Order: sequence, then C-alpha cells, then structure tokens
Amino acid sequence: MSTLEIKDLHVSIETEQGARKQILKGVSLTINTGESHAIMGPNGSGKSTLASTIAGHPRYLVDSGSITLDGEDVLDMSVDERARAGLFLAMQYPVEVPGVTMTNFLRTAKTALDGKAPSLRHWTKDVKEAMSQLRIDADFAQRNVNEGFSGGEKKRVEILQLELFKPRFAILDETDSGLDVDALKVVSEGVNREHSKGGMGTLLITHYTRILRYIKPDFVHVFVDGRIAEQGGPELADRLEAEGYDRFGTPAAASVDAPAGA
Amino acid sequence: MAEATQLDAPASAEKIAIDGFTEEGENLSPFNEGTVQHGAKKHSHGDAPVIPEASRGERLKSYKLADFAPLNGREEDWRFTPLKRLRGLHNQPLTGTGPTVEVTGATNVLVETVGRDDSRIGSASVPDDRVSAAAWEAFTEATVVTIPVETVADGDVQISINGVDEAPAAQHLIITAERFSKAVVVLDHHGKTTLAQNVEIVVGDGAELTVVSVQEWDDDAVHTSTQQAKIGRNAKFKHVVVSLGGDLVRMTPSSLFTGPGSEVEMYGLYFADAGQHLEQRLLVDHAVPNCKSRVTYKGALQGQDAHTVWVGDVLIRKAAEGTDTYETNRNLLLTDGTRSDSVPNLEIETGLIEGAGHASATGRFDDEHLFYLMARGIDEKTARRLVVRGFLNEVIQQIKVPALEERLTDAVERELAAGNI
Ligand SMILES: Nc1ncnc2c1ncn2[C@@H]1O[C@H](COP(=O)(O)OP(=O)(O)OP(=O)(O)O)[C@@H](O)[C@H]1O
Ligand SMILES: [Mg+2]
Repeated sequence: MSTLEIKDLHVSIETEQGARKQILKGVSLTINTGESHAIMGPNGSGKSTLASTIAGHPRYLVDSGSITLDGEDVLDMSVDERARAGLFLAMQYPVEVPGVTMTNFLRTAKTALDGKAPSLRHWTKDVKEAMSQLRIDADFAQRNVNEGFSGGEKKRVEILQLELFKPRFAILDETDSGLDVDALKVVSEGVNREHSKGGMGTLLITHYTRILRYIKPDFVHVFVDGRIAEQGGPELADRLEAEGYDRFGTPAAASVDAPAGA
Repeated sequence: MAEATQLDAPASAEKIAIDGFTEEGENLSPFNEGTVQHGAKKHSHGDAPVIPEASRGERLKSYKLADFAPLNGREEDWRFTPLKRLRGLHNQPLTGTGPTVEVTGATNVLVETVGRDDSRIGSASVPDDRVSAAAWEAFTEATVVTIPVETVADGDVQISINGVDEAPAAQHLIITAERFSKAVVVLDHHGKTTLAQNVEIVVGDGAELTVVSVQEWDDDAVHTSTQQAKIGRNAKFKHVVVSLGGDLVRMTPSSLFTGPGSEVEMYGLYFADAGQHLEQRLLVDHAVPNCKSRVTYKGALQGQDAHTVWVGDVLIRKAAEGTDTYETNRNLLLTDGTRSDSVPNLEIETGLIEGAGHASATGRFDDEHLFYLMARGIDEKTARRLVVRGFLNEVIQQIKVPALEERLTDAVERELAAGNI
C-alpha cells in the first residue's frame, strides 16, 4: 500500500499585477491506494489549485506545508519525476499539443513512465482495446494530442491515459463536467476498472453528485475558501446536494447543481 | 490555432457566383493583404511604404540586370529580406568562383558542363528579381543534368554543392526531365558561401520529377536561389525545400504550368535558430486549364531573432479553368524573440475552377504544452523534441519518397541536436 500525504499546505499564486494571492490556507489530506476520495466545493475554492500543486504546475507557489508519497518529498520533484513516481492528473482543461500525434505521445509517455519501451505488439493491442472501451474513434490515434477534440473527447482521452499509464494516485479534476450521461458512464467505468485492481488511490474533484453514483467515494471532503471545511462518508455528498454550501457561510457559496435527470 | 479560408467552386461549366468576384475574376484583396506577423520583434523596416504590385503575374521578368532597379528594401518581394546581410549579392559584382558541383548517383542520366552559349540556357527560366538577373549575367558555365526520354533514373541523382569561400558568386544549373522520364534529383548545399543561384527545371510531357533542395550550409552562409520549373502536359512535379543552415537563405521556387492535366506538389520545411533568416517565396502559376497544385510548408523557430518568411503566391489565370489548388503554411514558435511572417496570396482570374484555398497558422510551444507532456512523465528535453520532430515530420511523410524520408529525418535530427533541442 502507498500513501499520499498532504500536510498543512499553503499555496499562493502571483497575479498578473505581480501581487501574491493566497489560495490554499492549510490543507491536510491523506489518501491510501485502494481508497476513493471526493472533493466538492464552490467555484474558486481552490480545488484545481490543490490538484495542480500536487502535479507540480510552476504557477503555484508553495508557501508552507508538505506533500509526501510514502514519505518521499514530492515538492522536491520536477513535474516529470512526480509522474514517474506514480502521480497522475486528469486535467480540468487538457491542452492541445501541436505536432504530436496521440500514438507518438502515448508511447513516449509510457516509455518514460516505465523506464523502457513497451513491447510494441502488446502496447498496440492495449491502446486499441482501451480506446474502444472508452468509445474513442480509432482515428484519434493519428490526430495531434487534444487538437480539435471536443470537451468530452478530451476528458475521455485523459481517462485513456489513466488506464494505460496505471498511476498509483489519480487526481481527476472535474473529469465529469461537460460529459453527457452516456459519456459519464463510459468514463466512470474506465476509472472503476483501474480502481478495482486495488493499486490506485483516487482523488475525484467534482461539483456534481451524479458522478458519485458511478464512482463511489469512501470519503467526501468539502472545500471552502482554501480549506477543508468538513469531511465525511458518501452521505455527506447527498447532504450537500440537498443543502448546498450555504451553511459553510462563504459569500462564494452557491448551491450544488441538481444532478441531471433527478 | 488555425485560420483557414477555402473557396470551392463546383466543377460545372455553368457560370457560378462566388462571393467577392465575378466571372471575370478579381484579386481577392483580403488574401493579398493577409500579412500575418508573429513574434516579439517589430518589423525592422518600420513604416516605410512598400511598393505595391498590381498582380503577381505582372512582375518584371528579364535576363538583363539593368532592367531591375537597385534594391532599397521596400519592394514588395524584398520587404522582409535584410539586404545588408546579402553580403553584396544585390549590389556587388558576382565574380567569385562559387561552390563546387559534383553529380553522382544514377548512372543512366546525362551530366554536362556547358558554356553560356549552350542552347538550353533559358529553357525554363526568366529571372524575376534583381539578384536572380545578376546571377544570370554573371555565371560562366552551367551544370546540365538530363534524364533522357522515357528513362527511369536507376537511382537518385545527387548534386553536391560545396562552398569553400565567401566571395559573392553566381551559379547556374539546369535539370531537364525529358518526356516520360522519371527521377529524383537532390541538391545538397554545404560549406560556406555567398551565392546567387538559378536552377532551371524542365518537366517534359508525362514526366515525373522530384527536385529536393537541401540547405545545410555553415552558420554564416548567404544563399539566394531561384528555382523555376516549366511543366509540360500530364506531368508530375514535386519540389521540396529543406532549409536548415545558413545566416540568410532565400528560396524563390516557382512552378509554371504550360500544358493541361499536370500536378505539382511543393513542400518546404525549415528550422531557424537564433539570428537566422530563412525566407521562401513561391509561385504557382496556373496558366493553363485542369492542373492541380498542393503547397505545404512548415517551419519551426527558436532563439533570439530567428526569422522566417513564407510568401505563397498562387495565380489562377483566366485560361486556367478547372484549376484545383490548396496551399498551407504552418509555423511553430518555440521561444520568445522569434518572428515568423506568413503571407498566402491567391489571385483568381476565373470563376470556373475546381477549388482554391489556403491556410496559414502560427502557433506557440508554450509552458502549458510542456507541463502537459511532463505531467505524463516525459522529461523537458524529450518533450520539446517530440513537438518539433512531430511538427516537421508531418511534411516529410507527405513527400512520400521513401528514399528521402530517412535522409530528411536525419537532417532534422542533426538540426535539433545542433540547436540543443
Ligand atoms: N492567474 C490567476 N490570477 C488570479 N487569480 C487566480 C489565478 N488562477 C487562479 N486564481 C484564483 O484562485 C482561486 C482558486 O482557483 P481554483 O481554480 O483552484 O478554484 P476551483 O475550486 O478549482 O474552481 P472551479 O470549481 O471553478 O474549477 C480562484 O479565486 C481563482 O480566481
Ligand atoms: Mg477547478
């Protein structure tokens, strides 16, 4: 079993005007492989900031606190080292990378993650299978990474990578937004396939409870204004859906959107 | 990141209305004005007016240097070129001996060195700029490569051009693919030079010719090259420009259709490092009916004052009914401080065409791309290479001459290694 431990994390960013703005104000969270955690919270509460800080995006400046993976200092690692250590971020807004085909990208990443090139025959088969399970058209393999993909297609391709790269910890930043019900199901099944193998811890960031019907969280954390305001089991998500964030008393707090088809 | 414009005219003999022009045709002014400028540095010529050109088809053509006015940098076709860095090609006598020429490879083609009075001089080209005319007046002997009638070359024709000094020089080459012949001809440029070059290309009826011009000069080389092809009936011509090395390289390839039923593909790939000026201005002249042209140029830039220029002129003359043409230019800016000018020009004088379009786009490789790739375990250096290689290899794959693929891929790899990418 592996453990990703976040302790009293304070993070700020530099705004365009050059001022420093504090976003995370002391976040502590421990995730073990095999566990599934959901983070919910109003817009701007710092969820993506937490995810990006774990992945090592250079925009986010850690003022204090720590992130460790089985005791090893994650903050000390470069972005690619973190990925090779087993951290995976499915991004809220995956970027388009010009000039690089999906095929080439996936193979290069897999080679970097494993430290050796995958056996071509197995790899090609794995990619094909994973793509068809996620209902991604075969011709996507020849297209440039995310270039011209719709929002939903980008999210599916993030989960495709999750299935192929087999991380120890997967952070899914609003993978569910922009997906219709069918796509949501397909994507959730992908996450569950990987999760059920037992070697992965999942941190799922979402605004909506509908995805939590497919991906059952063991723990739910409520994020408000850069802190975890409350934690609980799956029942907490239902309560948030019914009551919204009002009782946490922040001006930004809006009610949680009702799930589609409720 | 792409902006594309496409005009598709149905292949019908009926008079058809296309927005913006009549059956008589019209210069599509939005295209002609479409200078796209990217990068951090301002254009060095400031606000000086550019001498306008009524139509690309009316540009002065002459074998006489005296017919061309001295250059001041404001001419439409020189406005992007830093004349000072031409090292005298535009205003000094071209009296240097110039690079050596050695032809190897195919054994069933004819290679000759001839004097100025040879009847084949001028069989495909007429200079259309001052430097080309200067080179025309100055060369003393020409290398002529002929692929005889109905001959399939038994290997690639390699023309190795090696520069040894920087005295301004002129050079003349003629490549003739006689009717129904087939060949791949590669011009390889190496060493140091200050060279104004004219390459005449004749593609006979039914011939299939590929001409590849690779510029891997030393860092301080200066090279202008006018490569004009005259294409017969039912012929296929591929032209490939690969510009990697040199301080200033200015290629002006053109394809002139003289018989119906022919196809032209023009490709280019270039990689400019800090301080390099790589320019390519091409012309496809659809003067006769029912020909097809495709143009694809791609370039990458990195480092302070890396500058590339692409100007793609496509002319569909009144007689050129049934023309089908499309041109694309894409540039990838790898760092700040680079500048890429991309100007597609489409002039259409008849509405009775199959299709005509162009696309031009310049994109940046930025920190978000890098973050995305690195977040998947790929180290920074590999990530950059992945992007550049992928971007440029797209052109190499399209060229579809397997024997060339490896060579060009290797040339790109050398360039990446040299550019510390
Ligand atoms: N470049 C920036 N300049 C100024 N403020 C920023 C910048 N980037 C993020 N922020 C601010 O940081 C705060 C946290 O943003 P973050 O993206 O982490 O929120 P979130 O919880 O993921 O929101 P959402 O639910 O909308 O995705 C917000 O107030 C946001 O406006
Ligand atoms: Mg967010």
